[in-house]
Amino acid sequence: MSSNNNNSHAMTMTQKILAAHAGEDCVHPGQFVEADLDVVLANDITGPIAVREFARMGGGAVYDKTKVVLTPDHFTPNKDIKAAEQCKELREFAREQGIVNYYEVGQVGIEHAFLPEQGLVTAGDVVIGADSHTCTYGALGAFSTGVGSTDMAAGMATGKAWFRVPTALKFVLKGAPGPWVSGKDLILHIIGRIGVDGALYASMEFCGDGVASLTMDSRLAVSNMAIEAGAKNGIFPVDAAALEYIAAHPCTAPGMKKEPRVFEADPDAAYEAEYEIDLSALRPTVSLPSLPDNTKTIDEVAKMGVRIDQSVIGSCTNGRMEDMEVAASIIKGRKIADGVRCIVIPGTQQIWLDCVKRGLAEAFVEAGCVFSTPTCGPCLGGYMGVLAEGERAVSTTNRNFVGRMGHVRSEVYLASPAVAAASAVAGVLTDPATL
Amino acid sequence: MGKAYKYGDNVDTDVIIPARFLNTSDPAELAKHAMEDIDAAFASSVQPGDVIVAGSNFGSGSSREHAPLALKAAGLAAVIAPSFARIFYRNAFNIGFPILESREAAAAIEAGDEVRIDFKTGEITDVTKGVTYHAEPLPAFMQGLIETGGLVEYVKAKRR
Repeated sequence: MSSNNNNSHAMTMTQKILAAHAGEDCVHPGQFVEADLDVVLANDITGPIAVREFARMGGGAVYDKTKVVLTPDHFTPNKDIKAAEQCKELREFAREQGIVNYYEVGQVGIEHAFLPEQGLVTAGDVVIGADSHTCTYGALGAFSTGVGSTDMAAGMATGKAWFRVPTALKFVLKGAPGPWVSGKDLILHIIGRIGVDGALYASMEFCGDGVASLTMDSRLAVSNMAIEAGAKNGIFPVDAAALEYIAAHPCTAPGMKKEPRVFEADPDAAYEAEYEIDLSALRPTVSLPSLPDNTKTIDEVAKMGVRIDQSVIGSCTNGRMEDMEVAASIIKGRKIADGVRCIVIPGTQQIWLDCVKRGLAEAFVEAGCVFSTPTCGPCLGGYMGVLAEGERAVSTTNRNFVGRMGHVRSEVYLASPAVAAASAVAGVLTDPATL
Repeated sequence: MGKAYKYGDNVDTDVIIPARFLNTSDPAELAKHAMEDIDAAFASSVQPGDVIVAGSNFGSGSSREHAPLALKAAGLAAVIAPSFARIFYRNAFNIGFPILESREAAAAIEAGDEVRIDFKTGEITDVTKGVTYHAEPLPAFMQGLIETGGLVEYVKAKRR
């Protein structure tokens, strides 16, 4: 498997983190390792199955009460009786086990916005989560990947997970993004370029002087959607901005102290492919139904006159403060177009509160938006914005699969908060620069 | 032996089991809605031993283990595809639902063909056409996981 690697000691950033957590000096692509886990995460959809599989594995106590993180965020506040039962199962398990990081409705946020904010993940961690967008924490320099419920159960039982050491694709970023261009546009551009299985089984490693021009909220959006290219993880180098973010978001959970560990790719590490991306040349990018790689620039899409019924601004991809600020800067003082429902969902309670304190909530509500507490709800067609037959939404979420947000004959266009906000005001998919 | 259901590339977990049904994790309940957004007839017509033959990147998207659970509970014997999305791949092994990688078989087998699979040898036979294919061999680690009885048994053995 290591035929493309001339120097057997040169490793990518991901390989170095895995080696350090597997007690190995060196790992190579294709090798199977068992790595120590710093965080094991589940939500109200995947957690109940993990709880049952954990019992089948012999039950007992979880490997570390501080390292299991349970976030009921998908169908909460409980959308129906069955969802309530699932949350109850998770809550009772957390109580029995004395899980330190169980977060109830009222504290919990959308998991991948919440964990970085609370300092529950840091640079150099190995994280598994029973949620495919667990890859988000690569923005902080962690190796972080989505798994299923049985893997999550095994992680809770043993503190370890098995991995096939991935190969990697290298993305060299140059320059700085122009107005109204964000991390979301970068990752949609990349997925459009390499396809929904373009990084299958591999790491996406971002580097280059362009990284410094991306805010942390933008990087989190980029890593979040690595899975939409099939990647195992999407990771950024730990620079001054990352360390500053980590220092500003310390972990205050009882009995926990987290220190960032910085790993760097070797200069001669082997990559399957290398892509150079000039950030200054990127345009706001939209992913048309029904796969994330079906992308066009806003310049092409704006000419199509795509009318929308709904705009969703939020999710684990784009529910962070920067996303709220960009959306509010467009919506403030304007009105949502007739016939459009604009649903704004801050990712965490803290972001919600900051939106209220800084006047963003008022701007949204006065324009005619719904301003909701955190939930994954509409992204996966759960609740809080399900689409009827023939309806069309622009959404800052991460998937536009058939039936993803509701009826099998409804459509989702993925875009940045800027495009989603401008389109909500105009009623058609719109370039924010032309509003 | 069973008959083949044929689908294209990038069959995602949202069509394997739509999220609107994820307020339960009961496999029998999930099986009633398996594949319904791309094939409304699937759940009512599938018979034990039938197989899905699909294009590349099968099982892309969400990490929901409900997807392989729904297919397994529907009675499917296996999914054959050129490649699988990585989380679906892990989940299938972990819950003991067989998946086989074969570009040739995935391309040649047609909907309704009778298919027989020898899981020991990885031989996939299209009985209707009289052609046999060989699935990609499993890495030794994965083979070991299966021989131990899946991830639950693997962990039980480790914790003893």
